[in-house]
Amino acid sequence: MKTALLDSVEKKSLKSELPYFEVGDIVDVHCRIVEGERTRVQIFTGTVIARSGRGTNETFTVRRIVNDEGVERKFPIHSPNVADVKPIRSGRTRRAKLYFLRERSGKSVKLAQRRTKHTSGK
Amino acid sequence: MVLLGKKIGMTRIYDKGKSVPVTVIQAGPCSVTQIKTDETDGYNAVQVGYDDVKPSRCKKPAEGHAKKAGTTSKAFIRELRLDSPADCQLGDTITVDAFADIKFVDVVGTSKGKGYAGVMKRHGFGGFPASHGCERKHRAPGSISSFASDAGHGGNLKKGKRMAGRMGGDKITSRNHDLIGIDAEKSILIVKGAVPGCSGGYVVIKKSKKN
Repeated sequence: MKTALLDSVEKKSLKSELPYFEVGDIVDVHCRIVEGERTRVQIFTGTVIARSGRGTNETFTVRRIVNDEGVERKFPIHSPNVADVKPIRSGRTRRAKLYFLRERSGKSVKLAQRRTKHTSGK
Repeated sequence: MVLLGKKIGMTRIYDKGKSVPVTVIQAGPCSVTQIKTDETDGYNAVQVGYDDVKPSRCKKPAEGHAKKAGTTSKAFIRELRLDSPADCQLGDTITVDAFADIKFVDVVGTSKGKGYAGVMKRHGFGGFPASHGCERKHRAPGSISSFASDAGHGGNLKKGKRMAGRMGGDKITSRNHDLIGIDAEKSILIVKGAVPGCSGGYVVIKKSKKN
């Protein structure tokens, strides 16, 4: 009952279609950035290392290496400012959270590519 | 203008690209259980009740009180003082529609109990350093008065000195919440920000003065 009421409130803020990607994938995140009057789209590319939360609180974390420095950004997946998420390369993983990548550097950051195709969604 | 309800929980919604923290409150339908007037009670007020009690759990006096208003016994009863006699009838139902034109609301609830809490948590004291020779008093209140000081008259503590003690479980009013949405079908109020108390706790929703 309680969650049903919360869900009904969240419903309007949820995206009807979510982009399909999995943990381990390298993705392009198209984020809308408002600069005064103008809005433009900036692309953040990196590996998805975690997905958490549910409903409007669902987020995913993208990690990339910039100038030998790890950068992580957390995006609310239902936020209107996340215009699109495009998977560009799949990664084979055995766990849901890839926090172990934080200790890695150089070549070992790369994940092996998944052989099978995405199991569901598009 | 008063509504009783139950805090359902918090979530977030997106409004024009911005994330807005909201609390969902199931409010009403409430029944008017008593109307107090100057003549009979010495002051003007309206008493409303919310949430039915299981008939087998009803107390006889409460049952009789509700019967006068032609309703069932209520679990949560509160009254609102008024300047002039209430313009409603005994047994009337108040729903969320009463808040249709309202922009801001005050929410009264019972805060979560924190148990016996120290001064840092209870009153926001600064505490003492973690190091630099500080020993065994990292979260201590410090001196509470000196002998014969102005603060403590001749060895007595000044009244109201802030100390450790039971925290939470108090009646708290949080004012001027934006009323973001109303769902009459599910009798839901969507209110911006956090509201006192735990999810499932009873709250009183009033019209703010700010309106």
